[in-house]
Amino acid sequence: MLLKLIELFGALIEKPVEGIGRCMLLLYSVFKEIFKPPFEIRNLLKQMQEIGVNSLPVVLVTAVFTGMVLALQSFTGFKRFGAEGLVGSVVALSMTRELGPVLSALIVTGRAGAAMAAELGTMKVTEQIDALETLATNPVKYLVVPRFLSGMIMLPALAIVTDIVGIIGGYFVTVVLLGASSKAYLRATWDYLEMHDIYNGLTKACFFGAAFTLISCYKGFYTRGGAEGVGRATTGAVVASSMTILISDYFLSSWLF
Amino acid sequence: MIELVDIYKSFEGKEVLRGVNLKVEKGESVVVIGGSGSGKSVLLKHIIGLLKPDRGTVIIDSTDLSQLNADDLNEIRKKFGMLFQAAALFDSMSVWENVGFGLKRHTHMSDTDIKEAAVQKLKMVGLVGIEDVMPSELSGGMRKRVGLARAIAMEPEILLYDEPTTGLDPIMADAINDLIIEMREKLNVTSVAITHDMKSAYKIADTIAMLYNGVIIARGKTEEIKNTSDPVVRQFIEGRAVGPIHLEGIERR
Repeated sequence: MLLKLIELFGALIEKPVEGIGRCMLLLYSVFKEIFKPPFEIRNLLKQMQEIGVNSLPVVLVTAVFTGMVLALQSFTGFKRFGAEGLVGSVVALSMTRELGPVLSALIVTGRAGAAMAAELGTMKVTEQIDALETLATNPVKYLVVPRFLSGMIMLPALAIVTDIVGIIGGYFVTVVLLGASSKAYLRATWDYLEMHDIYNGLTKACFFGAAFTLISCYKGFYTRGGAEGVGRATTGAVVASSMTILISDYFLSSWLF
Repeated sequence: MIELVDIYKSFEGKEVLRGVNLKVEKGESVVVIGGSGSGKSVLLKHIIGLLKPDRGTVIIDSTDLSQLNADDLNEIRKKFGMLFQAAALFDSMSVWENVGFGLKRHTHMSDTDIKEAAVQKLKMVGLVGIEDVMPSELSGGMRKRVGLARAIAMEPEILLYDEPTTGLDPIMADAINDLIIEMREKLNVTSVAITHDMKSAYKIADTIAMLYNGVIIARGKTEEIKNTSDPVVRQFIEGRAVGPIHLEGIERR
């Protein structure tokens, strides 16, 4: 009975453990290639555009409405005990410490991570990755390194945008729609917000950027079995990246703040 | 020279290659024939180091591939050109960018020169005026030609062909065969092709080797293979369903 349970447990964790191991090996290859010339500048810029610039509209909409709903809910709640003056602080701290990095990471994972896994997965099943190797080109250097770096650069950039736009959304609801004092809102924002709130938020964003690009590339690289395999890789990339972002968010937050 | 010595390879417990020995001399054109799923592609991928053998050695011009690190392996790969079964063109790049990919990566040529070189290679394979087209807009035969132009762009010493005529109509298949012969004559390359298209094999090969049950069971000049008395080879080259070859997953009544 006990043996059966252990067997079942082993079978259950075998695949995830194998996946984590392979992901770490990919990370090792990325670090081995990252500092070696030639540097894939053109590829890097293309990926920065794909991950950062092209994600901007959807990130902006999410950020502004998150800031607005955050302000609306906290205003309603705080009003019950006369603490409306703290809405600005709540919005600013929530956005910079938590929602800016996490929301932008989740959105970019859904957009760019899925596209990354699908693109690399298709390249894998149509032998384009093999073709790269036959043309004496290291696929990790050519495909993964630029994506990994873009994730690490663009996610903090998007988190900054999310922070600012979220705070502006909060301001709009609190001051314009609900009629609170503009001065009080801004003072509450500045008084309680410290630089390390912002830095640590951006550190998290950088980590999330590295995590989702690595996982999405890994899923793409190990795609098998044609169109169905590409679909599975894409779904797997979004699920695994989102889970990693949410779980690591807790541990990073407890470590950083 | 290419030498495969006692190559073994398994995938998830299934033994695909069971001690393959094959020697290809410089300038020779060898065609490896064998049924679907017999491990021909696996064999070809070992020659260029895309797959590593579980056991055995692959020797290219007296260099053992297993002794090389990733950078040295890439250096050796510059000697090769490979045409993939479905061409494996990079679909995010235009035709000339595909053909000039190796030149862009490994030389200091300007984009204008690379495009010029690509156009010239495309002309060699009979394609004119399609350099700015995207691969998705090409027919199967044209894709193979572009794949071939990309394979010869770096002027390789060895050309590998993975099922060069599969999926093409008979006329286009023959045109590709002619191209393969032309490439050999013009560029003086060593070539290894894998195919199950016997018409193509007879046309392009100096030497034919047959892969069956994970080993090379016959190797000889094209005429020798044509006239062989080996029942397995005979069944295959004559394309008969009845004979000693066991078709996997098919029960004979």
